[in-house]
Amino acid sequence: MRTWTRLLLLVIVLAVVAGVPSHATPADPIRIAFVDPLSGPFAATGENGLNQFKYAADGINKAGGVLGRQLEIVGFDNKVSPQESLIQLKKVIGENIQFVFQGNSSGVAHAISDAVQKNNERDAANRILYLNYSAVDPALTNEKCQYWHFRFDAHSDMKMAALTDVIAANKSIKKVYIIGQDYSFGKAVAEAAVTMLGKKRPDIQIVGNELHPIGKVKDFSPYVQKIVAAGADTVITGNWGADMVGLAKAANDGGLKVPFYTYYAASDGITAAIGAAGIDRIRLVHETHPGNPNAPKALGDYITGYRKLHPQNDVNQPRINTGLNMLAQAIKRAGTTDVDKVAAALEGAEFTTLGGDHVVMRKEDHQLQMPVYISVHTNKNIKYDLDASGYGLSLEHKVEREKAMQPTTCKMQRPA
Amino acid sequence: MLQLVVFSLLNGLVYGMLLFMLSSGLTLIFGMMGVLNFAHASFYMLGAYFAYTLSQHLGFFPALLLAPVLVGLLGALVERHGLRRVHRFGHLAELIFTFGVAIVVGEIVQLVWGRPAKSYQVPAVLDVPLFRLWSSSFPAYKAFMLVIAILIFGFIFVVLTRTRAGLIIQASLTHPQMVAMLGHNVPRVFMIVFGIGSALAAVAGVIAGPVLGTFPGMAEVLGSIVFVVVVIGGLGSVTGAFVASLLIGIVQTFAVALNGSFGDALLAVGVPESASGPLHDVWKVTVAQVAPVLPYVLLVAMLIVRPTGLFGTRET
Repeated sequence: MRTWTRLLLLVIVLAVVAGVPSHATPADPIRIAFVDPLSGPFAATGENGLNQFKYAADGINKAGGVLGRQLEIVGFDNKVSPQESLIQLKKVIGENIQFVFQGNSSGVAHAISDAVQKNNERDAANRILYLNYSAVDPALTNEKCQYWHFRFDAHSDMKMAALTDVIAANKSIKKVYIIGQDYSFGKAVAEAAVTMLGKKRPDIQIVGNELHPIGKVKDFSPYVQKIVAAGADTVITGNWGADMVGLAKAANDGGLKVPFYTYYAASDGITAAIGAAGIDRIRLVHETHPGNPNAPKALGDYITGYRKLHPQNDVNQPRINTGLNMLAQAIKRAGTTDVDKVAAALEGAEFTTLGGDHVVMRKEDHQLQMPVYISVHTNKNIKYDLDASGYGLSLEHKVEREKAMQPTTCKMQRPA
Repeated sequence: MLQLVVFSLLNGLVYGMLLFMLSSGLTLIFGMMGVLNFAHASFYMLGAYFAYTLSQHLGFFPALLLAPVLVGLLGALVERHGLRRVHRFGHLAELIFTFGVAIVVGEIVQLVWGRPAKSYQVPAVLDVPLFRLWSSSFPAYKAFMLVIAILIFGFIFVVLTRTRAGLIIQASLTHPQMVAMLGHNVPRVFMIVFGIGSALAAVAGVIAGPVLGTFPGMAEVLGSIVFVVVVIGGLGSVTGAFVASLLIGIVQTFAVALNGSFGDALLAVGVPESASGPLHDVWKVTVAQVAPVLPYVLLVAMLIVRPTGLFGTRET
C-alpha cells in the first residue's frame, strides 16, 4: 500500500513538474505579417497602420491571447511596389508566417492575391492567408476573387454608392469633377462615379475626369487650376496619403472653395493640412463611426488608449481592429492556426465592431458586409480630433449594412 | 481659357523658380567638383525640417534666415570632413559617399521628426490671396516664393560676375589646377561653394515646405527632377539651370492643363482611332497623364542632340 501511494505521489509530482513548464513558459506567439510601405512617400500611412495593428494585437493579448498564444505583428516594408511585395512575401513564407495583412494600394493587393493563390495551389503544406484591410478595388472580390483572400474594408463601389446617394440628394450639385491616382483603384473610383451618377442623376455633368501619376506629383496647383477652369461645383477624389495632402493644399491656395467628396481626406497629416479651409466642405466616406459626435463607448476608449501611446497619430483605420479580431476568433473557432481550417472558419463569420456595427464576412466573395458612413471635416463638437489639430470628422450620414450591400460576380474556386 | 493660360503660366513660373533654387546649388557643385551630389535634395529636406522647428519658436521669417545658415554650415562640414577625404579616391567614391549621406539624412529625419507629415504652415501674413482673377485666386505666398527666387538669382549672378570671389569660382569651374597654381586655396573654395549650394537648397526647402508638404519622402520627390534640370541646362551653368528650370516648370504645368490625347492628335493628322486592339490604351493616354514624364523625355532628347546641355561647355 505504501509503495502504491509512493508511486502515485511520484507520478503526480512528475506530472506536475512535466506539466508546469508547458503552462508557465508562454507558447510560441502566433506571428502575423504586415506587408505595407514603411519607407518612401507613403511611409507615414504604413507606419500608422503598423502601430494600429500592434495596438489591436495588444488588446487581444491582454485578454488572454489566442489558444493560449500571443499575437505578434511583424512588419515588412514593400515600398508600395508590387515587385517588392512579392519579394517580401517570399520572406514571409520563409519565416513560416501564415497570415498576411496588407492594405495600401490595390495594385499591390492584386499582386499579392495572385502570388498567394499560386503558392497555395502549389504547396498545400505551407499555405498562407491574405487578409486585406484596406485595398478597395472592387475587382478583388468580383472578377479577380479567390478563396485565400478576405477583405475587411468596404470596397470602392460600396463607398461610391453611398457617396453618390448623398450627391444625388443635393440638388445644388450640377457639375462634378473626378480626379484620382492613375492605377486600378483610381480608375475604379472614376468608373463607378460616372456610372452611378449617370443612373442616379443623369442631369449632372461630369466636367472632368482626370488621372495623375501616383506619388509623383509635386505641386497640384495645375490640376486645381484645371478644376476651376472647368467650372466644377463638386470634386470627387480617391486620393490618399501624400497625394491627398498635396491636392488639399493646392485647393486651399488656389481659392477652390467647392465641396470635396473623398475616400481618404483625413489623418496622417491631411486633416491638419486642410485645417480651417475645409470646414463643412470636405466629406469622407468610410467604414466606421468617426467618433464624433457621441462615439460608442468601446470606440471612444479605444481611441483614447491609442492616443496615449501615439499622441501624433490617429485610429484612422478601425477596420484593422475588426480584421485582427475576426482572424483571432476564426483561429479560436478552428482550434488551430491551420490555414485551411481558419479560412473555413472566417467564411460567414460575424462580428460586432468597436462602433457597435454587426458585420458579416460574406461567403460568396469574402467581402465583409458592413455599413458605410459619410462624415464631414469640422471643428465643431469634436471630442476625438485628428492629427491633434482640433479638427476632426463628424457623422453626417450612415448607410446600413443591408443597404450598402453590393452584388458580386465572384465565382469562387474552392479547394477540394 | 485665358484664365487657364494665365494661371498655368504663373504656376509654371513658381514651380520653375523653385526648381532653379534647388538646381543652382547643384549645378555649381557639379560643375566645380565634378560631383553628382545625390545628397543635394536631402539638404533641401533638412532646410524644410529645420525651418519647421525654428518657426515654432521664433516665427517664420527668422527661420527663413537661420535654417539655410545652419544647413549651409552642415554642408560645409560634410565637405570638409567627408567629401574632401573621399575626394582622393576619385569620382566614384564621391558619388557613393553623397549617396550614403542622402540615405543617412533620410533616416535621421525620420528618427528625429517621425514619419507622418509635419504641419508646417504658411505664415499668416502671407496666407492670403494676393489677387483674384476670374474665379481663381493667386496666393500671396507664391508671389513671395517668386520674389525670393529672383533675389537668389540676382545674388548668384552678381557674386559670380562682379566679385573677385566669383572670378575665382568661375576659374575653378574650368581650370581648377591653374587656379591652385596661382596660389588660391581650391579646397577651401570647394568647401564654400558646397556650403552655399547646400544653403540655397535649404532656402528652397524653407519656402517649399509649407506648399509641397514637409515629410520624409520630400527629398525623393524632387531629387531626380533636379538632375534633369542640371543636365538640360548644361553642367556648371547657372544661366542654363535658370532657363532649364523655367522651361521644365512651364512645360509640365501646361501639359497638365491640356486635355488632348494621342488618339486626338493622330485623328487630327488623319489616322483613325483604333477602337480595339493592343494600342487602344495608348490611344486614350492624355497629355496630362504623361506630363510628369515629359522632363525625362526632354532629358533624353537633349543628351542625343546636344550632350553639353543648353549652355554647357564641357561634357564631363
